[in-house]
Amino acid sequence: MPADPIISVEHLTAGYEGNVLMRDINFTVNRGEVFVILGGSGSGKSTLLKHMIGLYQPIAGSILIEGDDIVTAEGAARRAILNKIGVMYQSGALFGSMTLLENVRLPLEEYTALDAAAMDLIARMKLQLVGLDAFCGHMPAEISGGMQKRAAIARAMALDPMILFLDEPSAGLDPITSVELDQLILRLAKSLRITFVIVTHELASIYTVSDRVIMLDKRTKGIIAEGDPKVLRDTSDNPWVRQFFRREVAAEAA
Amino acid sequence: MSSATASGPPDAAAALTVVDAGDRRELRLSGRLDSYSIAGIWPDARAALTAAPGRLIVIDASGVDYCDGGGIAMLIDLLRQQRAASASVSLFGLRPQFHALLDQFDPAAMRVPVEQPGARINVIAEIGRAAAITGRDMRAQVAFIGETAAALWYAARHPARVRWKDVWYTCEQVGVNALPIVALISFLLGIILAFQAAVPMRQFGAELFVADLVGLSILRELGPLMTAILLAGRSGAAFAAEIGTMKVNEELNALTTMGLDPVRFLVVTRILAALLMMPLLALFADLIGILGGALTMITFNIPIASFLHEVDSLVDVKDLLAGLAKTPVFAILIAGIGCLRGLQTQTGASAVGISATRAVVSGIILLVVVDGIYAFVYYLLDI
Repeated sequence: MPADPIISVEHLTAGYEGNVLMRDINFTVNRGEVFVILGGSGSGKSTLLKHMIGLYQPIAGSILIEGDDIVTAEGAARRAILNKIGVMYQSGALFGSMTLLENVRLPLEEYTALDAAAMDLIARMKLQLVGLDAFCGHMPAEISGGMQKRAAIARAMALDPMILFLDEPSAGLDPITSVELDQLILRLAKSLRITFVIVTHELASIYTVSDRVIMLDKRTKGIIAEGDPKVLRDTSDNPWVRQFFRREVAAEAA
Repeated sequence: MSSATASGPPDAAAALTVVDAGDRRELRLSGRLDSYSIAGIWPDARAALTAAPGRLIVIDASGVDYCDGGGIAMLIDLLRQQRAASASVSLFGLRPQFHALLDQFDPAAMRVPVEQPGARINVIAEIGRAAAITGRDMRAQVAFIGETAAALWYAARHPARVRWKDVWYTCEQVGVNALPIVALISFLLGIILAFQAAVPMRQFGAELFVADLVGLSILRELGPLMTAILLAGRSGAAFAAEIGTMKVNEELNALTTMGLDPVRFLVVTRILAALLMMPLLALFADLIGILGGALTMITFNIPIASFLHEVDSLVDVKDLLAGLAKTPVFAILIAGIGCLRGLQTQTGASAVGISATRAVVSGIILLVVVDGIYAFVYYLLDI
């Protein structure tokens, strides 16, 4: 597959209040791939993600989504970029006062001119894609954490974005639910050709879903590895990268 | 590509043509079917279908350049319509990559309506539920009063074990930071009282007695009461929100599992702070209120000195103390109810807001009740 960058992060320097977390970072995400951002706690994975979705303002650099810079875009141009992306937050961030169906309907109500029956059908199909068709009328508090994350993915997909950002999809989930979520990600990536950008440190899930990873490190404030995770595990000569992958491998064997 | 439109790349917009050929009706779809562009053609397509109940419907999707989840939803909607076998809906010409999307769904399954939770309201059930909730709430209040009293008694016997750092911090929040708003309200109260009374009393040449009216009503009643209402709005709500947020964040559970009693840890410090600050705030409100009255009366040619002298001659220390004697009870009520509502917080984003609202409402209701009891007792005791 020829490289077709859908996101390019160029010379990004990020952090807050004089505390630089990462300096002069460059990488691209290709269309249709599952891209994983790795790193230990405090390495700035989630911060990087929040820069990529335009929540944080970088100190320097640009983040191009299909060629448009989300850092500088404003007004309608910014909304156009935001409509290309969907985000699942770590906690799900479903609106607690609305049913699952209403949660998924909300972006449709705000951005399209569809009639109520049409919006209901679309929202319901999204929920069916994540296996929650039977829970349309439930409130977020009435379903489990794994279901909440899946519902959050359904909401993120409401407007058929090209890119889905997932912040720690498997955090707080049991291994079985976490595997189911991985399967869902793979299925969506394959059938809908959605580009995924995932922040995680769940090694099992990394090997299953990712096409390419980058690894951040707080000591160098930059990217210390980039590529296929299995190749990195077997061939990287960076001790930190080896430690990250090997320790977990050893734990798995035990 | 740098399109600034919200509707994606500028492909041909979605279009629908209806062609009738003999006993069949063809719906020709073309262009870009996405959530934004299909809004214009979806109702027409549905109408074309329902307007021909007896005819075979063929959807020709060979002109579709792009189709996302929204477009698929429209196709599903057309395919799911319940029709006779001789008038079925069929689809052809959709590109394979879009057909793969369509195949994930079963149009027949989408006929079943979504189950919505029952929203019917039964009056009797509601009354019963409300009564049960009120009963539970009263039980909780009694239990809370007991727990708080025990914790306060414990604090009185073991003053070293009270978290004084938290108490001082809360004192600053409850007392010092409330000074501007207390000053503003009581000053306004003094001005309004004096002015409203002075205008009719001037007709009888009795402006000077405005001083007695302002002095008595502020010292005995309005100073403490207004301060208490302000405290309920500021700090009662804040206590409920703070403790409620801690509950939502499981900080209360953390305290409990560490073997620390949330009442001793959170409630006692706040009640103590309110107890310490409320009399001082009320005294401050009294002073500012009388000052407001005195300044107003200057415009009625009564100098401040005469005003104060008049207040001094009629108003007794007893009146001041009668007012201030209410403040400890007010303080315990407001801080206690604020903490109780915080501890009762449910889960969810709106829960903290509900707790804060309930803290203010129940706080003010209790204030009014207790103030009434005080008035009655003072009357009986002839204070």
